[in-house]
Amino acid sequence: MDFFMGIKGKDFVLVCADTSAVHSIISIKQDEDKIIPVDTHKVFCIAGEAGDRVQFSEYIIANIKLYSLRNETGLSTKSVAHYTRGELATALRKSPYHCNLLVAGFDEGMGPSLYWLDYLATLHKVNTGGTGYGSYFALSLFDKMWHPDLSEDEAVAMMEAGIAEIKKRLVVAPPHYIIKVVDKNGVREVKKV
Amino acid sequence: MARRYDSRTTIFSPEGRLYQVEYAMEAISNAGAAIGMLCTDGVVLVAEKKITSKLLDSKAVGVRREKMYKLDDHLACAVAGITADANILINTCRATAQRYYFAYQEPMPVEQLVRALCDTKQGYTQFGGQRPFGVSLLYAGWDEHYGFQLYQSDPSGNYGGWKAVAIGGGHAAAQNLLKTEYKEDTPVSGGIPALIKVLSKSMDSSLTSDKVELATVTRDAATGKVIFKVYESAELQPYLDAANAEKEAAASS
Repeated sequence: MDFFMGIKGKDFVLVCADTSAVHSIISIKQDEDKIIPVDTHKVFCIAGEAGDRVQFSEYIIANIKLYSLRNETGLSTKSVAHYTRGELATALRKSPYHCNLLVAGFDEGMGPSLYWLDYLATLHKVNTGGTGYGSYFALSLFDKMWHPDLSEDEAVAMMEAGIAEIKKRLVVAPPHYIIKVVDKNGVREVKKV
Repeated sequence: MARRYDSRTTIFSPEGRLYQVEYAMEAISNAGAAIGMLCTDGVVLVAEKKITSKLLDSKAVGVRREKMYKLDDHLACAVAGITADANILINTCRATAQRYYFAYQEPMPVEQLVRALCDTKQGYTQFGGQRPFGVSLLYAGWDEHYGFQLYQSDPSGNYGGWKAVAIGGGHAAAQNLLKTEYKEDTPVSGGIPALIKVLSKSMDSSLTSDKVELATVTRDAATGKVIFKVYESAELQPYLDAANAEKEAAASS
């Protein structure tokens, strides 16, 4: 039941995730941070099988770290997204990782970018995107509200409107959410809902 | 007793030298020179072709160009040494560059490709049974991290970035000439005559278009696309004529 949404703004990307750790029908805790920093200016929002999620993200992040150590320069968000897709696609025919993710990042010169990636290794560059049941409720709202010059305050308001919609209509709505932003200054938490 | 230590690539001599690697470098000194210069708006490569014959079909594939190779859209190289060995390394380079693009969907940074190839070259100086590659390369390329770049690598697997550099026959003399010829902030249009002048001084005979190869790596001002251009005989001739005239004038005065 993981829920993620991302919104690309004018000079930032805003991402939101629920904070529920769930096992079967049991809720284990309510303060799980599913927005994982990849480097100073990139995050993964990973949904799916809990074990796969950790294993896959650690594997990718370690490789990205290794790349930057070897080459004295980091990878762009685009490269990270395509690299991650490649790894997921290779694993798909061997022992697949069951996780969907959003890749959000900010690159010097190129600005913000947001990528949507599912467990079958489908990659899309998007302006707004999400996974989980919650996204069915929020995406149409975002389609209506999104515009290319979106400010951070507008994006936060959009995200809160999306969350309100989910809480109102979704039977299995998660109780708590965390919102983070990635911009030229790096990754920072905006608020918890 | 040198024989005891130069039959294997991987064994140090008592003086701490690797003879096979040194011999490989020697092999390159017999090949035609290749010279490169880093300019403000691109990189210039020139090379001397050793094989010239009236009977050579200059239009046949694989004969037309002997020294200049495109490795990727943003990257080219000039080679000096055993051409057969160079073909293997160029193949490796091309595959490496495409593998990188496949993984990251971005062109491979120039230095990374140079280093990847030098790792291969180094392997042949340490793991037994085979001889090192008898090839030095000049790499000219552009990437978004460091702009235009010029690198040089030798059979030992050493590499370096240069503003102007020469490999192959007479490289030491050419390198000395480059020290006087190189000027900071030279554009490609100024780099071409400078390099041809250096090449003409390091060659015994006068310059002709079937003996010289000239290539540039530049960027399209409008689209930013990297352009690798190998000059055809007709485009090359004016530069050669000018250099020959200058050489004659210097000789007669």
